[in-house]
Amino acid sequence: MALLEVSNLDVRFALRLGEVRALRDVSFTLDRGERLGIVGESGAGKSVAAFTLLNLIAKPGYIADGSIRFEGNDLARMSARDLRRVRGNRISMIFQDPMMTLNPVLSIGEQMVESLKAHRRISTREARAIALHKLKQVYIPSPETRLDQYPHELSGGMRQRIIIAIALLLDPDIIVADEPTTALDVTIQAEIMTLLRELCEKHNVGLVLITHDLGVVSQMTQRTLVMYAGRVIEQGPTREIINDAQHPYTQGLLNALPQMTTPGSRLNQIPGSMPSLANTPSGCAFHPRCQYRYDASGQPRRDCLEEVPEFVTSGNCEVACHMVRDMLAKEAS
Amino acid sequence: MNAVTAQASPVIASQSHAEAESLLEIRGMYKYFPLADGFLEQLHFEKGRLVRRNEQVHAINGVDLSVHRGEALCVVGESGCGKSTVARLVMGLLSPSAGEITYDGQRIDNMRGKRLLPYRQRMQMIFQNPYASLNPRMTIQQTLEEPLRFHHPNWTTPQVQDKVADVMASVGIDPEWGKRFGHEFSGGQRQRIAIARALAVDPEFIVADEPISALDVSIQAQVLNLLMDAQAERHLTYLFITHDLAVVEHFGTRVAVMYLGTVCELADTRSLFASPKHPYTQALLSAIPRLEDDRPEHVRLSGEVPTPVHLPSGCVFHGRCSHAMERCRQEVPQLIVTDDGNQVACHAVEEGRL
Repeated sequence: MALLEVSNLDVRFALRLGEVRALRDVSFTLDRGERLGIVGESGAGKSVAAFTLLNLIAKPGYIADGSIRFEGNDLARMSARDLRRVRGNRISMIFQDPMMTLNPVLSIGEQMVESLKAHRRISTREARAIALHKLKQVYIPSPETRLDQYPHELSGGMRQRIIIAIALLLDPDIIVADEPTTALDVTIQAEIMTLLRELCEKHNVGLVLITHDLGVVSQMTQRTLVMYAGRVIEQGPTREIINDAQHPYTQGLLNALPQMTTPGSRLNQIPGSMPSLANTPSGCAFHPRCQYRYDASGQPRRDCLEEVPEFVTSGNCEVACHMVRDMLAKEAS
Repeated sequence: MNAVTAQASPVIASQSHAEAESLLEIRGMYKYFPLADGFLEQLHFEKGRLVRRNEQVHAINGVDLSVHRGEALCVVGESGCGKSTVARLVMGLLSPSAGEITYDGQRIDNMRGKRLLPYRQRMQMIFQNPYASLNPRMTIQQTLEEPLRFHHPNWTTPQVQDKVADVMASVGIDPEWGKRFGHEFSGGQRQRIAIARALAVDPEFIVADEPISALDVSIQAQVLNLLMDAQAERHLTYLFITHDLAVVEHFGTRVAVMYLGTVCELADTRSLFASPKHPYTQALLSAIPRLEDDRPEHVRLSGEVPTPVHLPSGCVFHGRCSHAMERCRQEVPQLIVTDDGNQVACHAVEEGRL
């Protein structure tokens, strides 16, 4: 059994303008020590997916259906008390902006000791020793002095390292990282990502990495989930998705990257933009932007317009696309 | 890294590359921002005495750059390296602490008011955040008419409206949408409108400060294509500020790499990406997350970017450089021309150590 098993997750936000469906029928699993990437553009629902993993969806949002099974227990239906034992302890989270995550009026040491003591019965001295040890693990220079410093005294890269140290504090089984390096420079990003990966490998920690950067996913993860308009549209081993994407949207995303074209020539753009979640197109949500939405005679395909595509298996990937389904059927016959 | 092809000839750069026709010339530019503006803010209490100290952020420390007519010069660097300050100085939104800027042979950094007006029309700027750069209380039509009415006060209303419809069509915005407001558009469409506003007055030179950084991947490609099409159709010259090296590789004719307010390498795009010379450029390029390799080996830099308030002596990069020697700590390296025509400011390259 997988460590984390998300099935048929349906998350909605009851807003005044109507119900917004942020996640629809999202299912995936994560094994112990596995690194999974969730990619998509803004509005795809990837951050909602990350928050839902810890049942952090607050009103007006709610989990309408589906389950998040962690070691067999459903986080979606757990009491607040039991959830607190999981959050930060067994599953911890790294957020996008290191400025916003740390408490500005507490020293680094106080914040680390606080969360240790919330989960374990230990003395402040023991907790400080553990905190120091974790700061050393993330290669923070002169960790003893850092413990007594405040967040504003540290640079962005240093803060994100401290947040990684805090995420590792209670030796979690899974770290959920929501765009952990988006606010940082490339050289710092490379350092933080290498560090995160080394630590996950060394301590056999699972990682759910939310990002919009396909390069980062390619270097960090073993499996990838591509999201579009609240749905998973393709998932499989990262290398297969990067080298041989099946879904037209994934192909479009990859081909739009400047490194996929010869310098100076036009980039392969996807026309249009991501639909709003309040108003997703019928059938396959990608169909208005998809170049394969016409049949051989040039007519719009009815199935793309009307039916939500089911997952089909192509190689080791699961793809939700009518065109891919037809192609596979043709190959089989 | 690469075999020592760069047996550098110690020629000072600015004297040797006069061949290409330059549209914009920046010479010996410095820009300081005072940390404390008022007299009271400058007072500090030290060892029982009251001292007045006026510290400054050294944002630009001696930059020489020239932008050739028809090229896209990309300025790259990490946050705080001064790349946006360069853009603002060029546009006259800030005035330099020292140095001069000439545009088409005419010195512009000391001009003001009416005399600067024709240059304001020839140079336009595109900003990073299209959510902030469009006035929320103006319709798109008004937004696009404003620069035209300002620069062509004698145009009739039909003339202005024709021009607006024209420029909207050229950036792929339906002229029917003119009655709408900025908030009704997505980020990519807003950036198109911002580009349309810049193109409306038919400029020849565009300064784009991170124009695609706030956009999604699929939209980035659309906007980048639009900028390249506009360049081809209108023979534009770009000064393109970005931190995204993949975009630079695709878009730039030449690249200037900045670190802590100085240019550390200036090269044509292909040779910069093929054989970066400066240790900082090497580290920067190795940090790009690539799709191909799943086990990346990036050059690890020790430490962090020092504060621009107290600049390091000598080469600003020496504290993080693995090739630093005594000379690097004391002497500021000048841009020298290597034998492939590119420019590097590094003692190690000059001495053939690298």
